[in-house]
Amino acid sequence: MLTEVTTVMRGRTIQRHFRESLKSLTRNGWMTFASISAVTVTLLLVGVFAIIMMNLNKVADDIENDVEIRVLIDIIENQDEAKTAENKLQKEIKSLKGVETVVYSSKEDELDLLIKDFGEDLSLFEQSNPLHNVLYVKAANPQETAKIAEKIKKLDNTYDVIYGEGKVEKLFSFLNTSRNVGLVLILGLLFTAIFLISNTIRITIIARRDEIEIMKLVGATNSFVRIPFVLEGAWLGILGSVIPMTFVTIAYYNIHKILAPKLKGELLQLLDISPLIYQVNALILLLGLFIGVWGSFMSVRKFLKI
Amino acid sequence: MIEMNNVYKKYPNGVVAANGITVDIRQGEFVYVVGPSGAGKSTFIKLMYREEKPTSGDVIINGTNLTKLKNNQVPFLRRQLGVVFQDFKLLPRLTVYENVAFALEVIEEHPKQIRKRVMDVLELVGLKHKVRMLPSELSGGEQQRVSIERSIVNMPKVVIADEPTGNLDPETSWEIMNIFEEINTMGTTIVMATHNREIVNTIRKRVIAIEGGLIVRDVNGGDYGYEG
Repeated sequence: MLTEVTTVMRGRTIQRHFRESLKSLTRNGWMTFASISAVTVTLLLVGVFAIIMMNLNKVADDIENDVEIRVLIDIIENQDEAKTAENKLQKEIKSLKGVETVVYSSKEDELDLLIKDFGEDLSLFEQSNPLHNVLYVKAANPQETAKIAEKIKKLDNTYDVIYGEGKVEKLFSFLNTSRNVGLVLILGLLFTAIFLISNTIRITIIARRDEIEIMKLVGATNSFVRIPFVLEGAWLGILGSVIPMTFVTIAYYNIHKILAPKLKGELLQLLDISPLIYQVNALILLLGLFIGVWGSFMSVRKFLKI
Repeated sequence: MIEMNNVYKKYPNGVVAANGITVDIRQGEFVYVVGPSGAGKSTFIKLMYREEKPTSGDVIINGTNLTKLKNNQVPFLRRQLGVVFQDFKLLPRLTVYENVAFALEVIEEHPKQIRKRVMDVLELVGLKHKVRMLPSELSGGEQQRVSIERSIVNMPKVVIADEPTGNLDPETSWEIMNIFEEINTMGTTIVMATHNREIVNTIRKRVIAIEGGLIVRDVNGGDYGYEG
């Protein structure tokens, strides 16, 4: 019978919990302000960091996707023999593990490219083309480029294998390091914010211990006592995410407006506003909610003793 | 109604506050619990609303054995009891009305019921004209009346009071006792720990004296029995 009663009254009870949690926010004015500020600062940093990291990732992806291996093929005078050798090489490279695409480019195509880049002066080479036929190889995972290049070097009929040796590895290791440092920093900030929230809720609980004592005396259930505190934590998290979301949106919109035209045609490109800003805002809001709920949950468990 | 069988309570610090208490209090009784400070009166009271759990022995309230009661069932036990304290335990930021209604709100009573019941009891204790006041605007006696009202608004079968007149002047104490008597005449069992000799000796009821965690005297219509 008891469960029946609670089911019927659930709607009104939820309303009450919402009301109470909001009331508590205004009652504990300065404490509320302090913890919202803490969440705000944390989420602001997280938001800015997320935008930087996501853009950096895009740059990294762009560069990574740009990395390809140029395989210069040995020059073989006999046309038929050359064709067979090239086909064989192409097949062998394709069958290597981790290779995504292999594109053939004849020495005439190569010369056309050079002429396009460096001008008509080079057209005199059309008489006797000194270039090699080339295979362009792309790795499925760009970070394996060096490994694949080494394997290709060992195959027959390869004159040279070029892939920006050294530079590529350095770039990748730099990007990986900055990604990891970013993640560690964000995690550190998160823990700080959770700690601050749980401290605030602890103070709220202590400030309201008389109320809690009376609630327990007159027969409030444990969850009835707990829920408003968890809700209060959720509000702190949500309110703390408002300024970061606004700031990040306005800031990125303006930065994009100023920088995007200047970067046109460059390798370095900013991410578009549209999906990015929604993703970052969702991240900030969810993190705020998570920080708030988790922080208050820890305090409730520790200090409510129910 | 209230039954204790060979109840033993030892606190973690080694103090034995109940050393084999056996007692039977019937529905509708009015019982004073007397004894020197530190004799185990408060523990006796706390055992009844399951603020403390006995180390051994059984405490049975209204057919429920509190020794075996699960923690998540305690709220439902408390709804059958009213508890009054020396320091009133009112919420300073809530008005008189809100303080009383609070007891019904937190057990998820219907709002219409809350309004009706609160106004009914406020009439009983004579504070209907002060419903909008804050506890700080009331005298000590009035505050205790509000706290008594809160304890009975749920229509409990038992009201447990720990030194309810301890903070009040003699005249106000009599007023509070009148309210308790009135509640008692309506059939509610009352268990009251007290140091007030004059009250015990004037309004004669059953007196249980506790010393050293033991019931040393249990007399219907008895006197206070201690000096000072």
